Amino acid sequence: MSIRLHDIGKHFGRTQALEPISLDIAEGELVGLLGPSGSGKTTLLRIIAGLESADPAAGARILFGERDVTQLHVRDRRIGFVFQHYALFRHMTVFDNVAFGLTVMPRKSRPSSGEIRSRVHRLLEMVKLEHMAQRYPSQLSGGQQQRVSLARALALRPDVLLLDEPFGALDAKVRQELRRWLRHLHDELNFTSLFVTHDQEEALELSDRVVVMSNGRIEQIDTPDELYRRPVNRFVFEFLGDVNHLEGSVRNGVLTCGDARLAVDLADGSEELLLRPHEVELAEAPTNEAHLPVTVTAISPVGAEVRVELEADWLGEPWLAAISHASYERLGLSRGARLYALPHRWHRFPTECSERKARASEAVS
Amino acid sequence: MSTRSFAIGLGSTPKRVLPGFGLSLGISLTFVSLMLLLPMTGLFGQLAGLSLAEYWAIITHERVVASYVVTIGAAAVAAIVNGAFGLLLAWVLVRYEFPGKRLLDALMDLPFALPTAVAGITLATLYSSNGWMGQLLEPLGLQVAYTWVGIALAMAFTSIPFVVRTVQPVLEDMPHEMDEAALTLGASDFTGFRRVILPHLWPALVTGTGLAFVRSLGEFGAIIFIAGNMPYETEITALMIFVRLQEYDYAGASAIASVVLFVSLALLLAINIWQGRFVKRLHGGHG
Repeated sequence: MSIRLHDIGKHFGRTQALEPISLDIAEGELVGLLGPSGSGKTTLLRIIAGLESADPAAGARILFGERDVTQLHVRDRRIGFVFQHYALFRHMTVFDNVAFGLTVMPRKSRPSSGEIRSRVHRLLEMVKLEHMAQRYPSQLSGGQQQRVSLARALALRPDVLLLDEPFGALDAKVRQELRRWLRHLHDELNFTSLFVTHDQEEALELSDRVVVMSNGRIEQIDTPDELYRRPVNRFVFEFLGDVNHLEGSVRNGVLTCGDARLAVDLADGSEELLLRPHEVELAEAPTNEAHLPVTVTAISPVGAEVRVELEADWLGEPWLAAISHASYERLGLSRGARLYALPHRWHRFPTECSERKARASEAVS
Repeated sequence: MSTRSFAIGLGSTPKRVLPGFGLSLGISLTFVSLMLLLPMTGLFGQLAGLSLAEYWAIITHERVVASYVVTIGAAAVAAIVNGAFGLLLAWVLVRYEFPGKRLLDALMDLPFALPTAVAGITLATLYSSNGWMGQLLEPLGLQVAYTWVGIALAMAFTSIPFVVRTVQPVLEDMPHEMDEAALTLGASDFTGFRRVILPHLWPALVTGTGLAFVRSLGEFGAIIFIAGNMPYETEITALMIFVRLQEYDYAGASAIASVVLFVSLALLLAINIWQGRFVKRLHGGHG
């Protein structure tokens, strides 16, 4: 079932939590709402669920498929909701938790107890917890509890599944595992889901499309790939990963900052360039285009690449460079080594331009 | 905890990290002995002067038995009424924001702060036939003062904080998400309350109601002025003890007091054991 929002805004007292937002989510899509805390993403999710009401406005509409649910109570919206802290009923067994939605249905539409039992067992099988049916939530691990809560939300075959930071309270490894598992489940059952997260990695890995929010506004809606390659503004760029800043003034095609110099194809004036860690190479000698002397202050050779922290007089904040293990060995890096940074790509988001026009520029090293 | 104290009893004392165990436990035990056990020993000392037959005769005296019925009946009514309204008060105090909330919250402790005799006199004045409330109720055929209704009323007054103050913190700890989850699963407000919220509050509610009941069994000052104290009808057990004392019949007073004591202790113990089981299930362990 598709979800369509039109002009959904929200005030808490006099503070605006959400500027009027319009958003279309296609049937079967898995969409992530990404943003820092206070960006309004959870508020938006709760409004869609019906746990919060949107500001009354003439045009404010929430549609599930063709069904207008704007005025519907949460219990009549046919949604599945997964809470960050599971919100399981602690006095009920896992089985009773999953069966809850079925057992509170009005008597005439309620399935027979035999059918409830078989449906719950099928759900528990799906979340791989059938042997835990008679346990209490407090006897399960966090990951297991969240799977129970997912099974519970799916028991009523909801039109849409809404997840509020579903993996936020779990440790990194379980989170990774559950994420992949949710993706599979989504592809298999093909429901429409919307989840909230503040973790960019999670949003980019899990979603078909990501909605980036800040300060109650949608900054960008795009596929993870597009989002990462072509962020529409500086906020999106900075939020999606680590960023190095280079501030200086440009004269005759050269940006200068202290004793650092970088050839850029820009008009004269002061500029701020942004670079991703993997866009910074390290070399033993400067080139004609780039003279950026740096000192290595920390090295973390964990993972696919080596992360190196760099400091220099001309830098306000230390830079982070991600280099290959090969170049790490070739340079024989150690802490305190003096090297030169070679950006092979950079971005800028001029503030005077409107956000729509702002585009990441590219330069060659 | 119990396994640890067993280990001490067996003489194998592992080195404790938390300091002050010996001193603090020693002081606690001394305090408990002086404040609780000594008076109780005194009570039993008084009983020692009685033969079993005499003891039995005193505690099953017709007038005393009538006082048990009045006391337990009124205390049960007071406890149940307090259970219902205490739950409501705790709910209102925790779940809603309104002006004067802090004041209402503080008001809950008033029965603790007020000398019970003062409360008793006030209630008696209010509900006597020419009091504010009495004037209104009497034409309707409702007599409160000098009936067991008055006794229940006085009991309810003195024991309301027990329910409110035991339910309140549990309700505060209960995440809102729980009832929201029930709503997203299609439960009506009432079903959500009955199947999700109430079971969660149940142990606290039963404990609070039980405490209110036990407190009412022993209440004296607040009741005595409104009860009328008519033999076989509105005499409470505490009054029977008082009457014996005035007659310098210390053994008789102790005998009746021991009955109240046993009933109260048994009830408190039962509640504790039951609650322990319930809580274990909610917070892990093998319930």
